[in-house]
Amino acid sequence: MWDYSEKVIEHYRNPRNVGKIDNADAIGVAGSLACGDQLKIYLKIENNIVTDAKFQTFGCGSAVASSSILTEMIIGKTIDEVKKITNQDIADQLGGLPPEKMHCSVMGYEALEDALKNYDDYVDLDELRQEKVSEKIICTCFGVTENQIWDAIKHNGLKTVEEVTNFTKAGGACGRCKEAIKDIIDTYYKKEANEESSLSPAQKILKISKVIETQIAAELQKDGGDITLVDIDGPKVFVKLRGKCSGCKNAMMTLKGFVENTLKEAVDRNIEVVEVE
Amino acid sequence: MTLVYLDNNATTKVDSAVLSAMMPFFEENYGNPSSIYDFSRSASRAIQNARGQMKDFFNAEDEKNIIFTAGGSESANTAIRGVLNMDKNKRHVVTTKVEHPCVLNLYKQLEKEGYKVDYINVNSNGDLDLEQLNEVVNYDTALVSVMYANNETGVIFPIEKIVEIVKSKNKETKIFVDAVQAAGKIDINVQELGVDLLGVSGHKFHAPKGIGALYVNPKTPITPLIIGGHQERGKRAGTENVPYIVGMGVAAGLAKDGLQYEATEVKRLRDKLETSLLKNIYNARLNTGVTNRVPNTTNIGFEYIEGELILLHLSDVGICASSGSACTSGALEPSHVLRALNVPFTAIHGSIRFSLSKYTTEKEIDYVIEKMPPIIDKLIGISPYQDELEAIKKLKL
Repeated sequence: MWDYSEKVIEHYRNPRNVGKIDNADAIGVAGSLACGDQLKIYLKIENNIVTDAKFQTFGCGSAVASSSILTEMIIGKTIDEVKKITNQDIADQLGGLPPEKMHCSVMGYEALEDALKNYDDYVDLDELRQEKVSEKIICTCFGVTENQIWDAIKHNGLKTVEEVTNFTKAGGACGRCKEAIKDIIDTYYKKEANEESSLSPAQKILKISKVIETQIAAELQKDGGDITLVDIDGPKVFVKLRGKCSGCKNAMMTLKGFVENTLKEAVDRNIEVVEVE
Repeated sequence: MTLVYLDNNATTKVDSAVLSAMMPFFEENYGNPSSIYDFSRSASRAIQNARGQMKDFFNAEDEKNIIFTAGGSESANTAIRGVLNMDKNKRHVVTTKVEHPCVLNLYKQLEKEGYKVDYINVNSNGDLDLEQLNEVVNYDTALVSVMYANNETGVIFPIEKIVEIVKSKNKETKIFVDAVQAAGKIDINVQELGVDLLGVSGHKFHAPKGIGALYVNPKTPITPLIIGGHQERGKRAGTENVPYIVGMGVAAGLAKDGLQYEATEVKRLRDKLETSLLKNIYNARLNTGVTNRVPNTTNIGFEYIEGELILLHLSDVGICASSGSACTSGALEPSHVLRALNVPFTAIHGSIRFSLSKYTTEKEIDYVIEKMPPIIDKLIGISPYQDELEAIKKLKL
């Protein structure tokens, strides 16, 4: 028997927002009948805000729970906020999922991504960044593409074929694609290592400073805060955080996390943010 | 809290008569049966007695042809490895696509070791393709292994006919029958069947887990799987598990006496459950043929809804059943058995096995008949396949 969290149990017993929305502004689908689970998500969007969300799921307990909680997570949020939701956020909201069931949260993420892709105003950032590899099907049993595997590795830091199977189902049936999955993992980490090492120290400083200026500061200023880059020493980035948030310890912790994650994603995953007074 | 246990193909409750027969061998007659003093005699006699009970259970020629093992998987491994090790020149073996994983995974291993393995197909009723069997057996075939009854579907294979086909193609070919799911449900008669080896597991017929038996025909030499002492005539080393052996002997006697009840009363309750679910739930379909099945098992597919979700909701009302579908087992692929039967993808992920026992009551069956339709109804409401469901509803009404 699965060791499901209270929250998962509560959600598969009493799923929220079941059904479809007539005249939905966006509909997203992930999975298929043959693969054993499918999620359809319907969104009503007004003034860039998700005003209603409903779902229909063919799948196990954690698939229903993931879908149900996802609708709760997105109702009332702006499109920009919804875009930031990852499969890990869904799993976290459920109080965790067994490793073998992580693919259910991935399905939620994929259905949401699909819905937003179908929504007129949406621009696929990943496509712009050209980070996606291809729609080539790697796992023929479950119809999992190279892109989906790449995304799962990227968003969840997956390192082994078994982990990829748990998150995407790829390789879970006949197992013939395990070699190919291994290759994707290797390519991903090789690419990541190259990207990091290809920056000279001067380029790195420039990039950090640019990201702080254009992405982070802009975001903080919205809330009346601000950030100044003080120094860079190896992987350590010293910053001064000020404004509305300084003084509130919790807010500052979140803030530091946000700064660090943004820099990690954009520049180097080894970056450590140190706050100075 | 209500508990309706309909997963007896997974394991069974230990019969209280079995348990009380076992108890003296823990604290009183705990001697090692191989010891020389009088104190150990009751242990060695008890084993002899249990061997006699197993001989009767199998209708074997002689007690000497019974080997006690630790269960079904060990019986199968001992039989298959034991036969193949006797003549390493023969490199061909035959089995079916629907065997239990303990056999299938062993065959996968054998393929890695250079054996050629043929897997016989079944049709959509679950019946074995005997023509294919006739075609593949040849001069090099060392062993054919088939199950007596399938754990997921309950379908019974025609062992006598299989033996006749195999032996007519190659007299030397040995036949192992995995009878784990037949034991206690239908009569087992190794002499009439003409098989060379046959294995069972105690916990499927109200003995405890961790004990099993293997019948080996005297004309079938095998090497032991576990090497060590002289126990079980050198065919299975290790001090005998006296209380469990005693327990299985008693359980075998009770099971043999209970076969009539299985064939009538257990079958009646199974049929009542099956008929009612198929009639009252529009997306339900029987995954097998109606005949040629053990009396306690039914496997029903619920189209466009998923099996684990059904089981979780059944569990919430105290009903225990099982599914061969992806999500329950940890494996992601749907049941290899239902795939071999070509159960459509619309139903394969929503297939539920109910397996009854002598302890199942009419009241329990009525309870399931009452609880099941509203659960399925609720889950149909969550499915994204509303149009398809609507279409089968119209077809059925």
